[in-house]
Amino acid sequence: MINMIKKIIVGLFCLSFASMAQAVLKIDITEGFEGALPIAVIPFKWIGAAKEINGDVSSIVLSDLARSGKYLHVDENDLIDMPHDSPDVQYRSWRSAGMDYIVSGSVTLKTDGKYQVDFRLIAILKGKQVLGYSFSATSETLSNVAHQISDYVFTHITGLPGAFNTRIAYVTVQRSKTGSTSRLQVSDTDGYNPQTLLTSDEPIMSPAWSPDGSQLAYVSFEGGQAEIFTHNVRSGVRKSRAKYKGLNGSPAWSPDGKQLAMTLSKDGNPDIYTLNLATNQLQRITDHWAIDTEAVWTPDAKAIIYTSSRSGKPQLYKQDVAANSRPERLTFEGAYNASASISADGKHIAYVNGEGNVYRIAVLELATRSSKILTDGPLDESPDFAPNNSMILFASQNNRKAVLSAVSVDGRQKQRLEFSDGEVREPSWAAARH
Amino acid sequence: MKKIIFLTLLALSIAACDGDRIKPDSGITESDVENNGGAMAGGLDDGAGMDGAALDGGKLVSYEEGAINDPENVLSEKLVYFAFDSNAVGDDYVELVKHHGKYLSFNVNASVRLEGHADERGSREYNVALAERRAQSVKQLMIYEGATDAQISVISYGEEKPVAFGGDEESMSLNRRVEIVY
Repeated sequence: MINMIKKIIVGLFCLSFASMAQAVLKIDITEGFEGALPIAVIPFKWIGAAKEINGDVSSIVLSDLARSGKYLHVDENDLIDMPHDSPDVQYRSWRSAGMDYIVSGSVTLKTDGKYQVDFRLIAILKGKQVLGYSFSATSETLSNVAHQISDYVFTHITGLPGAFNTRIAYVTVQRSKTGSTSRLQVSDTDGYNPQTLLTSDEPIMSPAWSPDGSQLAYVSFEGGQAEIFTHNVRSGVRKSRAKYKGLNGSPAWSPDGKQLAMTLSKDGNPDIYTLNLATNQLQRITDHWAIDTEAVWTPDAKAIIYTSSRSGKPQLYKQDVAANSRPERLTFEGAYNASASISADGKHIAYVNGEGNVYRIAVLELATRSSKILTDGPLDESPDFAPNNSMILFASQNNRKAVLSAVSVDGRQKQRLEFSDGEVREPSWAAARH
Repeated sequence: MKKIIFLTLLALSIAACDGDRIKPDSGITESDVENNGGAMAGGLDDGAGMDGAALDGGKLVSYEEGAINDPENVLSEKLVYFAFDSNAVGDDYVELVKHHGKYLSFNVNASVRLEGHADERGSREYNVALAERRAQSVKQLMIYEGATDAQISVISYGEEKPVAFGGDEESMSLNRRVEIVY
């Protein structure tokens, strides 16, 4: 019969004191792009200390900006100069080199053992510094400061919220002859500093960040059936939220963080319910003989978008979160459209589009109902919008190995985030760092 | 103790001649099982049936307790495979599922867990729902054969527990399955 003894290790790590794990991530820029802003990130000057390998601030900034798809990468060897302060900038030379912006700065080791990180954003066309900040950091927080600088630069130039100084969650699986081990992990948005929150011999699925970045909801089979948990990443405290007979899946936080939408089959068919986390009150949203699952909330919290097989094949539908509301079908192109993720501005939906044996990430613009396929497949899944609305993380396969990739919403920039070992899947990008 | 063993190909006709103990497929209803379950078990123990032997390449059919562990018995087959994105029990597996359903109806203390699985294509949560439907289809067929709801539990793993990793059509067809676990 069932061996109910499962090895479960709940991580009680205090993430803010994360040890600097060795780099496990390799970023490949797999495709070029046009129209991105030319920006030069000058290697920061280190004063009083050698460069910290895990806190190489300017390299982290360069990598973040390149990953956003909005900046043209300039190789260090192609820099015409390396100014570390505004007065040193030769504007005319940079202008003729076709550069729009320069990021420069320095890292100074102070007598108290802390670092002072100064950075400047210089607009070449305006001929002046447009941003300048000074941060205090320890060797442990240098990478956080770097992601913060990326956010300042990104937000200043694009007007969009930055999301580099948050975290991503994902599931890794390592297989052996005796079975497999699943881990729920959390890392910086570039994959560095991974921490394990949960280790299990049974599957872990569908991690989803709470809007404030303090908690993860996910599905774990550790108890011999699917069960939805919420897990505070700082304290390690977790709560069982749903363990009904049948399916307990697809947890999705409401925009105010007070409810979870989820898929339950306790009443016979997979349908979508909302759970009020304070009162534990459950409300049924869909009631159909077909499969209804993978709900996400619209940013105004008025509706959910979900996958339903009510037309015979999975397609995306939108429905108000109110009793007796009618679903509206959103996707019509392709035999298989599932697993929606909505952008924070509510304008786009990323989803999995399947045709034959090829499954790719597509994006639907809600205002025009026009859709565009962004990736090549063949087994792309689990799209997750970055909080800056401009990138989509997803899981794909490279040589039969599960990896994470990122694609810009316009499809022009693609990157592969390859972890050192095991399969990596189901990314979720936090909107905030708690 | 004599065993009631039917030849697979003769099962229906023999059952028809032996109607007091074993009803043919279409004759069993849930109420029959409830009313006559004890009598049926007694019938097996009385052993007033026929001896049988497997045809070449065939399998024995016996619903005696423990028959699920006999490699010669049809009940030793415990995997049901499905077409892509389908939860219908295919023609090749209907008889097998019915045999397991009958086994459960004759062995009221036996219980089974149906584990639903999907191949790796498409989204993970949709596959969990799809694989649960596969297991539910198997369960319904077993109940039709006289098994009771209480004897059958269902769990869906979607695409999370593959058994074949090739990524080709053969591997994926092996992963689209319901495992019958006693």
